[in-house]
Amino acid sequence: MEATGFDSWVLSLTVFLPLVGAVVIMMIPKAYEAEVKLVALGSSLLALIIGLYITIQFNYGAAGDLQFVVDKGWIDVINSRYIVGLDGLSLPLLMLSLVTVPLCLIYSWNHVPEPGNTKAFFILLLILSTGMNGTFVAQDMILFFVFFEIVLLPMYFLIGVWGGEDRRYASLKFFLYTLFGSALMIISFLALFFLSKDSAGELLHTFDMRVLTDVAGVGIIKSTQVWIFAGLFMGFGIKVPMFPFHTWLPDAHTQAPTVGSVILAAVLLKLGTYGFVRIAIPFLPDAAISWAPWIGLLAVIGIIYGALGCLAQSDMKRLIAFSSVAHMGFVMLGIATLTDFGINAAIFGMVAHGMITGMLFFIAGSVKERYHTLEISRLGGLLKSAPRMGWILGFASMASLGLPGLAGFWGEFPAILSAYNPGAGMPEETFRTYMVIAAIGTVLAAGYLLWLYQRTAFGEPPEEFAGHEIADVNRFEWIAWTPFLVGIALFGVWPNLIFNVTDDVVAGITASVEAIAAGN
Amino acid sequence: MLENAFIIPLIPAISFVVILFFGKRFIGAGRVHVVGITALGLVWVLSAVAAFQWTQRVEDPPPGAIVQLEAHVDEHGDQRADEHGDDHANDHAALSQDHSKDGHGGGHSSPLIRPVISTFSQWWSNGGVEFAVGTLVDGQTVLLLIVVASISLLVHIYSSEYVKGDRRYVHYYAFLSLFTAAMLFFVMAQNIIQLIVGWELVGVCSFVLIGHWWEEKPNTDAALKAFLTNRVGDIGLIVGMIVLWGTFRTFDIDAINTLISADPAAHHFALLVAACCLMAAVASKSGQFPLHTWLPDAMAGPTPVSALIHAATMVVAGVYMIARLYPVFYEGFSIGSSSINLMAFIGGFTALIGAALAFAQWDIKKVLAYSTVSQLGYMVMALGVGAWTAAIFHLFTHAFFKACLFLGAGSVSHAAHHTFDMRKMGGLKKDMPHTYRTFVISALALAGIFPFAGFWSKDEILLGSLVGQENSYPLMLIFGCAVALMTAAYMTRVIWYTFHGEFRGEGHPHESPKVMTVPLWILAGMAVVAGAFNLPSPVLEPFGLEGLAHRIQTYAEPSVYLSGLGLSHPDPSLAMALVGSALAISGILVTYLYYWRGMGPHGMTQRNRYAKNGYTFLENKYYLDHLYNDVVVETVKRPIANWANRFNQNVLDGAVNAAGETARDTGRWIYKWIDQGAIDGSVHAAARGADSSGEGLRAIQSGKVQNYGQLLFGSAAVLAIVFVIVV
Repeated sequence: MEATGFDSWVLSLTVFLPLVGAVVIMMIPKAYEAEVKLVALGSSLLALIIGLYITIQFNYGAAGDLQFVVDKGWIDVINSRYIVGLDGLSLPLLMLSLVTVPLCLIYSWNHVPEPGNTKAFFILLLILSTGMNGTFVAQDMILFFVFFEIVLLPMYFLIGVWGGEDRRYASLKFFLYTLFGSALMIISFLALFFLSKDSAGELLHTFDMRVLTDVAGVGIIKSTQVWIFAGLFMGFGIKVPMFPFHTWLPDAHTQAPTVGSVILAAVLLKLGTYGFVRIAIPFLPDAAISWAPWIGLLAVIGIIYGALGCLAQSDMKRLIAFSSVAHMGFVMLGIATLTDFGINAAIFGMVAHGMITGMLFFIAGSVKERYHTLEISRLGGLLKSAPRMGWILGFASMASLGLPGLAGFWGEFPAILSAYNPGAGMPEETFRTYMVIAAIGTVLAAGYLLWLYQRTAFGEPPEEFAGHEIADVNRFEWIAWTPFLVGIALFGVWPNLIFNVTDDVVAGITASVEAIAAGN
Repeated sequence: MLENAFIIPLIPAISFVVILFFGKRFIGAGRVHVVGITALGLVWVLSAVAAFQWTQRVEDPPPGAIVQLEAHVDEHGDQRADEHGDDHANDHAALSQDHSKDGHGGGHSSPLIRPVISTFSQWWSNGGVEFAVGTLVDGQTVLLLIVVASISLLVHIYSSEYVKGDRRYVHYYAFLSLFTAAMLFFVMAQNIIQLIVGWELVGVCSFVLIGHWWEEKPNTDAALKAFLTNRVGDIGLIVGMIVLWGTFRTFDIDAINTLISADPAAHHFALLVAACCLMAAVASKSGQFPLHTWLPDAMAGPTPVSALIHAATMVVAGVYMIARLYPVFYEGFSIGSSSINLMAFIGGFTALIGAALAFAQWDIKKVLAYSTVSQLGYMVMALGVGAWTAAIFHLFTHAFFKACLFLGAGSVSHAAHHTFDMRKMGGLKKDMPHTYRTFVISALALAGIFPFAGFWSKDEILLGSLVGQENSYPLMLIFGCAVALMTAAYMTRVIWYTFHGEFRGEGHPHESPKVMTVPLWILAGMAVVAGAFNLPSPVLEPFGLEGLAHRIQTYAEPSVYLSGLGLSHPDPSLAMALVGSALAISGILVTYLYYWRGMGPHGMTQRNRYAKNGYTFLENKYYLDHLYNDVVVETVKRPIANWANRFNQNVLDGAVNAAGETARDTGRWIYKWIDQGAIDGSVHAAARGADSSGEGLRAIQSGKVQNYGQLLFGSAAVLAIVFVIVV
């Protein structure tokens, strides 16, 4: 049902307000730095406020349906339309994205990383914001693809210009690797456009994601479906990233500036997992059933492999980056089970991982700023030098290792649980094996996080930094971090805040998967 | 109070927040203990009220609280616990009949009382089902409420002197409160998810408090070891709980227990798997072989923490969990019909090896820690032989006398230069009369000397092993008897080295202040009288008090679940009590002669090769630490992790880089030979002199991104052709 009045504008506003802000900033001369910052923060906060309005106005009773829908003509020649809409799956992720960007702006308020240039830095963050928000609300494949790709460019520049020593290599790798995936993905989109048929067997020739969800790939022969899914898998899987396509991630994370890493971890990775839940599975449930055991396999390899990678790292930021591979493995395992439990857990895991790992990257950035190194063997005694930061690191580590009562648990536990009884038509023994492997992964997670914590936070501060004044958490950091910290605790104590929103959508997806499985 | 039991853990949780965030600023760093003690006082009162109300409920059950035998068996497939505050009185009345067998006395004379269940269903939801958070309160819960509240309150009071002036006094009290909250939350868990949550939260509090003095590396090592070992057990916890979920499609503890007891044999294999997995969790949390190694190391924490967490409460979480989900274990391990099973064996074996290790320790706290391992083994063994009440009774008495022993050790160290090394003590008897007396009383209770508390509970465990259910458990009886002897002996050794002989330390030891000795005396008092809560009726008959017999069995045992399993209770046996006492007394006697009188083969561990090897084996704690740290952990941490990393950098990343380089080289080659050579050459040949924009093109085309991009889109186009062909 299409929205009317102001409600028909809200989604477009959240998406494009940051872009408007970016355009306005372009017109402000570089010297007016305060104005640049205010416009940037103002536009992103305005988008957030509208996001809050959406959260309040959202009809939770019908969370499974798209709301605030706008359907307007766009590129008529290829029958691509401007369709945006929001359901229980999009809402938490959109909010995550809307919250993350202002926090990053505040965090970099007074210290834009080398080589400076606040104006360009903030413009890129705002463009990034538009791309991310747009991806989560787009309901037309071409529109989705455009937003999905818009994200690449600002991130490429953020890493390539403001990054660490090896930034050129890292940024190029990031760009090309994801572009490679996108190329395969767009082919799959085109294949879907050309091959999808409605129930009467007529070719649809549509990019409308709502329609494609409804037809659920019926009419495309199985082997073709599997190939189309392969293209989608590459596009989304690289973004997630799934083992073995993850190697761009540690480099990109390590080299990216702090807020770049935060956005990368908090939102960008979720574009991939979101793609699986929004597009790959509902459009091609039959292929998804064939692919799921393999996706599950890669997911659990990722869990163990990412954790082992963490254990071998000597750099704090690179360690956190590898932990993303492991955590996204839990998310993908949940998705691969094709069950309510698994997919709900996956969405919860996306939000939780966004906040927790985002938080860890924030801390890593602040540690780097104070010690000018992230070499774990040179750090130590953070609890003594900067007690509050040490406690926050401890809190975030505990959340990351999946402590019940904090958000990480609710992404992890139900995902493991769902593997006990995978969806219809899937090999039970295989998934139960995955379940045990994933459970072992939680031990390794505790290992690398606590060893990290022991070496960086416990003990006496190293002599190397004896003369230095290590400042504790400053005001900007408090403002930037508090929402994440509160969120981690709040969603951990009361997980229904998210489960309740996502459950209806997920039920719809699994119902269509089950219907297909029953037909087989 | 039974319906609103959630208030009880809420109080210390609030106390945690108040102390941690407002303690320093508004209360004053040195006075935060007031908040903690007040909160715990309140908790104690409310727990006592809850306990009283529960006994009332058993004595005078309100309508609906009793399960009618041969009640209707209703569907219990779903777990929609969405009735707020409903006590599920009629929901789960799926018990068919009382299976308790004749032949063993003391069967179920009491009515089957339903636990009080309150739920709030908005916790989380999945697949259209809402899962509740709530409280399940029955006799077992209120018993633990009393134990936790009492010990925690006394530890709070004791600590205000013991850790006075500590560098992190505020954090200490904050986490003591948080631990109490988590433990109380755990014991009143309504579903298995809450069990997991509470289980992990007490673990993290234990981690924080073991590592309280984190400046020193050994402390943080101990903290990490505790946490990681527990995580290993948590694999079992998670998987076991998932198997339960998968089998019964509910997280509700009451429903799971009721379903099993209504039809015990229906899911035997699933229950066996679940019980084995959960046993791993019990092994880590309750210090059972082979995952007990963290517990002695955990003594790195402050002593009151050891008393509270690592002796009286958290480490019994595993025992409590078995007791809470007893039908799962009873059926899974076939406790009723076997004469040995995994749980009984692990428990008995742990009791034995723990007691043996206690002889080889010089650190008084480590002796007590191994003693705790051993006693926890007793409890697990008791559960393994079907003696539910004996296990919980022992949990109850042990909490008091072991806490007293730990606090006594703390008092000794407080007085004697902060050492726990018994070689630097001795002769403290005259300087510390209160500590000495309370320590001896508790040691006698631990050793199981009549009429102290430990005698009664240990006797019930031995009796339970002797009688068993359908069969007796002979091996467990032998283990139990050996442990009884050894316990008495090692405690006598401790008392000799600490309090008798000549003082071998430095300075002038002195008695601790009242704020420490009063809690000691209260606990010692409980060490004397706690046994009275479950006296066998023959003891009371001469006094005409048989009505007071088996109070713990009457009030605490969840017979509503256990009756369906056919659990029976052994008749009291004077012979068993005499044998147990004789063993304990001979243990004391032998050690007394050895140390006080200097009799026996002194110095044998130096002279005799076998004795020496045995001692070295004990000193090295069976080399388990070497196995875990040097073999398992080091292998995963170094070679395996490094291999994974090298694989990542060289193979996976190498492939990516190689692809990139190949693409670049191909692009160059194409540019050089085809674009510039062939095509451009032909263009040049065809229209020589024509103005070409070659320079501009070259600038674009030599950019890396474009080359890669073109190639990738090119390959994509190839794939597109493949699609078209396939389709």
